[in-house]
Amino acid sequence: MVTGDLEQKAAQLRAMARRMRLEGLEMAWSTGRKGAHLGGGFSCIEILAVLYGAVMRLDPAHPLDENSDRLLSGKNHFTLAHFPALCERGFISRDELLEFQKDGGRLTGYPRNVEIGLEYSGGSLGQALSVGIGMAMGMRRKGSTGRVFVLVGDGELDEGQVWEGVMSAPQFQLSNLVLIVDRNHLSYDGDTEELMPLESLDDKFNAFRWRVQRCNGHDTLALLKAFNSMEGADGPCVLIADTVKGKGVSFIENRPEWHHHALTKEQYEQAKAEIMAED
Amino acid sequence: MRITPANIKALSLLGQKGSAFNYGLLEAADEHPGLCVLTADLALLTGLDRFRRKFPDRFIQCGIAEQNMMGIAAGLAMEGAMPVATTYCSFIAVRALEQIRQNISSTHANVKIVGTFAGVVAAKSGISHWATEDIAFMRALPGMTVLSPCDALEAVKAFKAMCDIDGPVYLRLSGSVSCPVVNHDDFEFKPGAIRKIRDGDGIAIIATGLMVKEALDAADALEGKGIGAAVYDAATIKPIDRAALDEIFKSCRLVATVEEHTVIGGLGSAVAEAMAPMRNAPALVMIGFEDCYTRPGSQRYIWDIAGLTAERIAARLEDEARRAGI
Repeated sequence: MVTGDLEQKAAQLRAMARRMRLEGLEMAWSTGRKGAHLGGGFSCIEILAVLYGAVMRLDPAHPLDENSDRLLSGKNHFTLAHFPALCERGFISRDELLEFQKDGGRLTGYPRNVEIGLEYSGGSLGQALSVGIGMAMGMRRKGSTGRVFVLVGDGELDEGQVWEGVMSAPQFQLSNLVLIVDRNHLSYDGDTEELMPLESLDDKFNAFRWRVQRCNGHDTLALLKAFNSMEGADGPCVLIADTVKGKGVSFIENRPEWHHHALTKEQYEQAKAEIMAED
Repeated sequence: MRITPANIKALSLLGQKGSAFNYGLLEAADEHPGLCVLTADLALLTGLDRFRRKFPDRFIQCGIAEQNMMGIAAGLAMEGAMPVATTYCSFIAVRALEQIRQNISSTHANVKIVGTFAGVVAAKSGISHWATEDIAFMRALPGMTVLSPCDALEAVKAFKAMCDIDGPVYLRLSGSVSCPVVNHDDFEFKPGAIRKIRDGDGIAIIATGLMVKEALDAADALEGKGIGAAVYDAATIKPIDRAALDEIFKSCRLVATVEEHTVIGGLGSAVAEAMAPMRNAPALVMIGFEDCYTRPGSQRYIWDIAGLTAERIAARLEDEARRAGI
């Protein structure tokens, strides 16, 4: 893609991200007093907009296509970003989106369902990368051209199993594997660097022989460029996406209590206005 | 391979894992092109070298990272492969239990999990290497088939049968090299079946793994004291063979289960669960580890403390038989 095209695409993806953030807000609002995971959902909206809007090869009419790309995430808290992305790509309807916590619904509890683009049932942190490695191996074995994208939260990097996976992916030379770290600096109890320091993440992944990229995880142009530069890599790639937890709503941004919280009517209205006013 | 007395002897010298991985695995690999093997740095110890040399690109060395290995196995299965993931039973059923639950059981992934060194055969390595709760943990996982062969020949047959089952299977291999022979002749292995291997009136002893041989010897000793005992091989613990159990419950007044495992949640529990709704049920004696870890020592030393040697089983059942009026 030439630079002008790339910028145009990035602008389209910004608009897509804004729609997704509004949908995510509607989902959160639909839960009433139960509340939802707004913080970790909104931090990865742009990442998923770029993946689903430009990077990943997917066809909702043929969800079982061997050559489709796959996305797995351990952090089920990203549902407020993922389900709107699946809705944008036509895997699920808007009506279903707003019933994401309905008893027995196919989105409830995030069960694996490849038919609607749910490749992996996460929730218990730290395990998705291992499964992604297995899928990347399996796809290579059967000659699939698809890639596997694994999204992890930064707090999730506290889990030891992640590092078992980080150590093994380069050994298996998985050039069809991309790991994305949603680096929003906050886990449930507070600042990751106070709680259990992670930096320097670049150095850590470099030491494990990954191809490392780092960018602003809300800048769709930077994300596009980062993903484009991974094409043709000879091993696994990681993108450390620096993000803001709760991005896009002033009173949610960087506030640990909004990891999971319910919105008041006033908050919902204000959040909606802020998202719509965004560039 | 042809089943001859000489081959049965050769398999018994190799033991369950050596036989399963050198014969069952190699035959299954020819029949199932999607089969691949994952190990956590135990290829040499468990006898995977022949497979690795014959199928280098179907062999996946995961290093000492069992949790990652189970996740990789799940991912491979999701892409249509049939991964066989293997390490010590303890590191499967205890260390990687959550990975198995979340990634394999909950998705009914077609992963074959082969555990070695069941029970206390890793005797002096200590409790870390024992597996005396693994049946309970694995049996509790929805959709998980649990197989536990009694000797090396049955281990080969169970391995091959496992590969024909669609869905997750836990194959629990017992003993080390030189596994005593229970089956001196060829037989048909049916997954899901409890198989009678010795006739006898009075007591029905249902055993699994290495305890089948101990139960047979105990039955011989009991016979010398005028107490009849039939012996059954429960090579499949889940799903439990309810039809066979119903027949057994109707045919005797005393049922005994014997397992190299805690009496909580294992074979004895599975038999008790099947018996629970029955009226006029026979007495049930569950022999296994009584909610304890013993002091480490040789396998026989531990079996003796836990009451799992043929002599201890016979003595216990003699008492129980008298109490039951047999």
